[in-house]
Amino acid sequence: MESVNAESLRKTYGREKLLAVDDVSFSVSKGEIFGLIGPDGAGKTSVFRILTTLLLPDSGTATVDGLDIIKDYERIRKRIGYMPGRFSLYTDLSVEENLDFFATVFGTTVEENYDLIRDIYIQIEPFKKRRAGKLSGGMKQKLALCCALIHKPEVLFLDEPTTGVDPVSRKEFWEMLKRLKMQGITILVSTPYMDEATLCDRIALMQRGHILSIDTPQRIINAFPDHLFAVKTGDMYGLLRALQSNKNITDSYAFGEYAHVVLPPSGISPEDVQAYLQQQGVAGIEWRKADVTIEDCFIKLLKV
Amino acid sequence: MAEYVIKAEKLTKKFGDFIAANAITFEVEKGEVFGFLGANGAGKTTAMRMLCGLSKPTSGKATIAGFDIYRQTEQIKKNIGYMSQKFSLYEDLTVLENIRFFGGIYGLDNQQLKSKTGQLLHELGLEQEAKKLVSEIPLGWKQKLSFSVAVLHSPAIVFLDEPTGGVDPVTRRQFWDMIYDAAHRGVTVFVTTHYMDEAEYCNRISIMVDGKIEALDTPSGLKERFNAPSIDEVFYQLARGAKRVE
Repeated sequence: MESVNAESLRKTYGREKLLAVDDVSFSVSKGEIFGLIGPDGAGKTSVFRILTTLLLPDSGTATVDGLDIIKDYERIRKRIGYMPGRFSLYTDLSVEENLDFFATVFGTTVEENYDLIRDIYIQIEPFKKRRAGKLSGGMKQKLALCCALIHKPEVLFLDEPTTGVDPVSRKEFWEMLKRLKMQGITILVSTPYMDEATLCDRIALMQRGHILSIDTPQRIINAFPDHLFAVKTGDMYGLLRALQSNKNITDSYAFGEYAHVVLPPSGISPEDVQAYLQQQGVAGIEWRKADVTIEDCFIKLLKV
Repeated sequence: MAEYVIKAEKLTKKFGDFIAANAITFEVEKGEVFGFLGANGAGKTTAMRMLCGLSKPTSGKATIAGFDIYRQTEQIKKNIGYMSQKFSLYEDLTVLENIRFFGGIYGLDNQQLKSKTGQLLHELGLEQEAKKLVSEIPLGWKQKLSFSVAVLHSPAIVFLDEPTGGVDPVTRRQFWDMIYDAAHRGVTVFVTTHYMDEAEYCNRISIMVDGKIEALDTPSGLKERFNAPSIDEVFYQLARGAKRVE
């Protein structure tokens, strides 16, 4: 069953009609983790705000849990949980007061759905008397997730939950999402971190309001059309300059401790490139075939 | 002999009973790209504020570009550049006005301003956008512009606090090209990031855990020592044991 369905959504802002969402269509099945992956300004938040009935699209239609985002907006709001990118709980209420408040607004109690949030809540419980405004970033994030879950939503929208969060806390957050998925909740999550893409069942890569590609991470990776290699030397700066000076090389860019070298399906060979580098005075090359990542795919799509 | 532009010795900052930065000791060489990593709440911001002359240490010593962080904070501020993702440019000034404003603050005269501005706009390909408000240009350009503005006065050191948050992977790499270029001109780069692949681009990195520097070495040195395939894994091994939650 389809949990979310968006068709040709379009949104412009202001008198100048800045295009924020441009013909965006996708659907999400029940129980899926679906990721919108893209940088700031890609349109991720606008899409989320349209689907959570907080913003009207200029055109296009969408349903959430089978309900129309315009006609049935009140019913949708009861069935979804939304965690915006900016912290938006009541900073002068305590942790437990915030949670109680959200439960009451949705006509339920904390006890009734405690099972769903227990794993997350026990981590912030020692601070339950503390005002939300006085919590650390990581704890705020956990409280916000609890508040978004307390009415047992069918669909959960998480707008950049891991932005600015260190790698360890990011890993923990994704572990929490996996456990929620097992409870049957559909999760839409947005992130600018490409390495989080593979943790989703399916992803849409977004840039400037467009969806560039949409599929499972593995199929997007399999569709990468070129050959990819990883190269290393002592001098990354010199290596990149040398690679970029050869016009037969499709693309080259830093990738962690290696440089990634993209070569066309036919044409210049890896041996040619290595010979060229030696000729350019780049010494001590370590060369190997590289596994394509979502980040390589995104870079490719941006440069097409 | 190596020329050090940052020298910190047992630098400590306490807030009441809380030790935000605990006896941190390290040196950074001229022209080095130095990555300053740590989990949220590990004490990076506190340490960085002391090094920029914005916050007085509780104890310990440090010099920045040869200036003492207790007594010579004004000289320090003149000799460093600073850029963060949160604040860097005035959104309601134009590109040109921002360049002139920051150039003016750092004491560039009209002649220098004129030539530097033209050169900068040309290098960034922003000539057409010079008269646009900063709020109207895309994030990636904003970040490149604010980096250029931060090094406009040719500082000895530039401090970058999560400079690439939220930008696309192509722009992120263009940004690092600018960092490398600056380092090749002899500017020392001190950078924090949550992208572990960017940590690999640094000459050396330090990892802070609960207020202390727990590891400091080249990326390959750290991977060897922790027997880890990536800096991500090194970071995970170290930060997992953190007691402090921000």
